[in-house]
Amino acid sequence: MTTNATATPQTPRPIPSLKRQPRTGERLVELLLKAVALTSIAAIVLILAFVAREALPVFTGTGSDESGASLDLLLAEPLADGSEPLLWRPVSHPPRYNVIPLVIGSLKVTLVAVLIAAPLGIAAAIYVSELAGKRQREIVKPTIELLAGVPSVVIGFYALVVLASWIQGIFGTEHRLNALVAGTGLALAVCPVIFTVSEDALQAVPHAYRTAALALGSDRLQMIFRVVVPAALPGILASLVLGFGRAIGETMIVLLASGNAALISGSIGVSTRTITATIAEELGEVVVGSGHYRVLFALGTILFASTFVLNFAGERVIHGLRKKLGTA
Amino acid sequence: MATRRSFLFLAVFASLCHCTQGSPSGAEGTLGRVNRGKLTVKGSDTMVILGQRWAEAYAGIEPHAVVQITGGGTSTGIAALINGSTDICEASRPMSDREKEELRSKRGVPAVETKVALDALAIFVNSKNPLDEISLPALARLYAGETADWRQVGGAGHAVVLYGRESSSGTYGYFKERVLGGKDFAPSTQTLAGTSALANAVKGDEFGIGYGGVAYLEGIKALRVRTDERSTAVAPSPSTAKDGNYPISRFLYFYTAGEPTADVKKFIDWVQGPGGQEVVVEVGYYPLPKD
Repeated sequence: MTTNATATPQTPRPIPSLKRQPRTGERLVELLLKAVALTSIAAIVLILAFVAREALPVFTGTGSDESGASLDLLLAEPLADGSEPLLWRPVSHPPRYNVIPLVIGSLKVTLVAVLIAAPLGIAAAIYVSELAGKRQREIVKPTIELLAGVPSVVIGFYALVVLASWIQGIFGTEHRLNALVAGTGLALAVCPVIFTVSEDALQAVPHAYRTAALALGSDRLQMIFRVVVPAALPGILASLVLGFGRAIGETMIVLLASGNAALISGSIGVSTRTITATIAEELGEVVVGSGHYRVLFALGTILFASTFVLNFAGERVIHGLRKKLGTA
Repeated sequence: MATRRSFLFLAVFASLCHCTQGSPSGAEGTLGRVNRGKLTVKGSDTMVILGQRWAEAYAGIEPHAVVQITGGGTSTGIAALINGSTDICEASRPMSDREKEELRSKRGVPAVETKVALDALAIFVNSKNPLDEISLPALARLYAGETADWRQVGGAGHAVVLYGRESSSGTYGYFKERVLGGKDFAPSTQTLAGTSALANAVKGDEFGIGYGGVAYLEGIKALRVRTDERSTAVAPSPSTAKDGNYPISRFLYFYTAGEPTADVKKFIDWVQGPGGQEVVVEVGYYPLPKD
């Protein structure tokens, strides 16, 4: 290498670098963009730090309510009047902050939403990506994506007024507003998320896979379900994780359509209260720094942690799958 | 550019001076801090519509005054009054002694109460419900979860579906104290954000029961209410609410931190006067009794 350099006679002229020296203006813009990107990271970290700090007394067991009792999120000791001990009853005397009914409520509504939205979203993605003609595709795709732009309060009100009556009419549910109604409303918000991400994943499958499958003699359905969908599986799973995160964090739809009674029940036909709706309803009235306030922040921390863990686990699984499929 | 900036600086400085001038120790200090002509009113969700109509009508006679109305619940409004972020708190229940004490310790002024309207808390049922009247003890048993079937209170045999308000609502507090006697609501009570959402839910639920202001009676039925099993049932109306025969009627209030002054006083006086009380009737509440 060095001999090569010395051997050339016209060395004095420096070789122009491919990396052009950026002008100051460009540098400024680059710095600005970097700062913006860092700001969003800083915002997330600071929000988490704030929420966790406000909730700290609950997790360390040092917090107490006005009567001096400690803030126990899983307190199960029976009440004086002999009623059900696992209660979310924050304004009673003494208050009870058992989060079990809320966790069950959130999971129930989210599962219903994902179970409805996943088959619909994925099937629509397969149709649009693999089967639809150009014109159908140009109508169907933007229409589904438009659904993501419908404000959640509108979906919530629709669920409260219209959907609830239909569902009660069809299934004869015990309560008119219940986990099924909220979950169905929520599915409307989750479906576009699952659809968009799944469709992108299917589109990303190399065209050679399709032509190879057809050349080997498979028909179209075989090509889709034996080759394209398996190759896009990591992306489809990612869409489910994102959809789940969207559903568990959604507030307005469940606040309006779930009835908000904190019941422990396995049935999806009864009213439920979710973590998000509880925070939205109660944070406005609590005295800053009180036991109830701390508990609500603890709920926020639990919600934050669960979506974080889910996203992280999902990322690992998807990464592993990609490696196995060789599409990384 | 430079002149403009210095002008801006001057303006900010001037407004700062104005603030410090406007807040001597004592009652009027709390209200002097807010912009001239702009009033903020916050509190009861039950009173949001009423407040907005007042603001609209008031803008017709006082074009310079901007009255900003927000809801959030009585407790939220009282918290805002204590924190100094609102001029007037709309409340659908009287302030508790603890809240008054907190205001006094944080702001150094007493809470001043002004009655602005009369409301009868209606008991909502679906228009298909055959039941026409209910007694307060029966209502309490229903909401405490001790009775779960319509038959036990004189209706058709079917499980009762309870609807209520979220705990930041003044209506929640009033119902809990007046009807339940401080007992807790049954865990199966579904809490809805706002009386209109609640009225909507009862409208769609044949076996539902709810409670809220009389202004929300569209498409649903209000039960006549008996104080106990032997007394006669009374329907909510202006006269029965005024003379106290309807057992669950209440006043709606404005609270201010200290005696209201200047623009705030002007607005409150107008609300209590014939112009404001006309709006009360239009919205569906009852005007203050003349005495």
